[in-house]
Amino acid sequence: MSNRPNALMQTGAAPSHTLPTRAGVGLKPEHFQEILATQPDIGFFEVHAENYMVAGGPFHHYLTRIRERYALSIHGVGLSIGADAPLDLDHLNALQRVLDRYQPQSFSEHLAWSTHGPTFLNDLLPLPYNTATLQRVCDHIDQVQTHLGRRMLLENPATYVEFAASTWSEATFLSEVVRRTGCGLLLDVNNVFVSSVNHQRDAQAVIRALPLAQVGEIHLAGFARAQDGHGDLLLIDSHGAPVAQAVWELYAITLGLTGPVATLLERDNDIPAWPVLLAEACLAEKQLCEATGQRQKNRQRSPEEVHA
Amino acid sequence: MNTQSAFAQALLNPDLPCPSGLITRNGSDPATRFSVYRNNVMVSLIDALADTYPVVQTLVGEDFFRAMAKVFAQTKPPRTAVMAYYGRDFAAFIDAFAPAASVPYLADVARLEMARVMAYHAADVEPVTTEVLHAALADPAQLLSLRLVLHPSVHVITSTFSVFSIWAAHQTETSLPCVDPDVAQAALVFRNALAVDALELGAGSAAFIGALQTGQTLLDAAGAASQLEPEFDLASALALLLRWQLITHLTTGNQDHEHTP
Repeated sequence: MSNRPNALMQTGAAPSHTLPTRAGVGLKPEHFQEILATQPDIGFFEVHAENYMVAGGPFHHYLTRIRERYALSIHGVGLSIGADAPLDLDHLNALQRVLDRYQPQSFSEHLAWSTHGPTFLNDLLPLPYNTATLQRVCDHIDQVQTHLGRRMLLENPATYVEFAASTWSEATFLSEVVRRTGCGLLLDVNNVFVSSVNHQRDAQAVIRALPLAQVGEIHLAGFARAQDGHGDLLLIDSHGAPVAQAVWELYAITLGLTGPVATLLERDNDIPAWPVLLAEACLAEKQLCEATGQRQKNRQRSPEEVHA
Repeated sequence: MNTQSAFAQALLNPDLPCPSGLITRNGSDPATRFSVYRNNVMVSLIDALADTYPVVQTLVGEDFFRAMAKVFAQTKPPRTAVMAYYGRDFAAFIDAFAPAASVPYLADVARLEMARVMAYHAADVEPVTTEVLHAALADPAQLLSLRLVLHPSVHVITSTFSVFSIWAAHQTETSLPCVDPDVAQAALVFRNALAVDALELGAGSAAFIGALQTGQTLLDAAGAASQLEPEFDLASALALLLRWQLITHLTTGNQDHEHTP
């Protein structure tokens, strides 16, 4: 990793092509007016691209004003990068228009599929990890990055089943996708935790096996608890609860490995009042500050870094 | 490769078995875990319909609504990842949904609620300027061949039921006024600044605005309106459009009609 202490310290004055290494919050219409009225000190906002694929009206009105004041991440949920069919060019063009309009610092999508034929299933569905899907996912990401003329981040999924046809671990598969396509990783720490519980993986080992140097953003969210057919705990990536303590702990460990990374608090269901989300973002911001301080201390102690 | 085919079909059809090829680390039945996906898909689609159709839900109750929405979602899943307009054809589905036949105005209320969503996200277009209006009105020769292009958020809902009153009765917290459903009504839905408004329209005004939207001239639209409602008042219908700034362009019969809505 290059020696860029100043780059790690930047906050408000971030260059336009990266998110500031601060905490951000998913932007919800319920909070548009309060955010503009109070102008909270927050690193960035994130929106779902598809919500802004409408002609006009309040969504564009408010996002335009919020974008004038804040960094922005645009997060797609409908591109269906893992689909066993060609990407929908109309959707890709609609995505291009949203990105052109809002010039976000980051664009991300999921390692998942959500369409089949003409049907949109409105969920992020799991993939077997094998050579065939690897080729398809890489081809689709190449196409997206070429079409949009920018690097994208790919998010690791939360899953509830695995496939007999998988021949790779998820972390190895993601590493290979990142290596082949040059895309970055959107590391969803909650998804790592959820999938690790559901599939009896060691969450810390999963994190360590991911291409951490390529992490461009971290997601944190809350999960719901259910039971599987054995009565064992099954975690559901609900985005409908505060971040769990175990996920905060995994986040701290992750930051120790990655250094400070722009971190989003995702909340899509049971959306609380704005101050509640802001307070949760402040918890992430505190950990980011500690990670930044830790990194600087390490740099000062490391002669090869100082002289690099 | 039809792994995703089987997966997708089983998501939408609970009578199909869990797709093959799924495994679980603890050896539990994958069907239970697969049902998480099935549930995510169905609940998200039903919730999307509930967001768009709150009055329809109130009229039939949550249980009935969600059961009806589930049948709709299973037979008509979304065709695009843009979920804002999901359920555009819900009203047509309700019309043919036998268990809802005892609420004959339900589909028209659904039409009004979808019109509100369409109006909310409609394109932003500036109203015509007063200078342009004055110039057009000052030229009597052109006045009657004038075509008015209306704001893209404008929707007219006509019904043989009192669709506006039924909808409006559910917009207040206070006790519901007594509404006779069997009175024909029309409603105008449009965006006013950043909020969507709905107003009751007379039959003539509804016909007038509807005719303007299909590109008819002012004269023809007024004629259609008078035929339907002899007391139709062109001046007050125009005043309504001007007051809410719903006219965005004017063209005359001599020009190409550039702005078909």
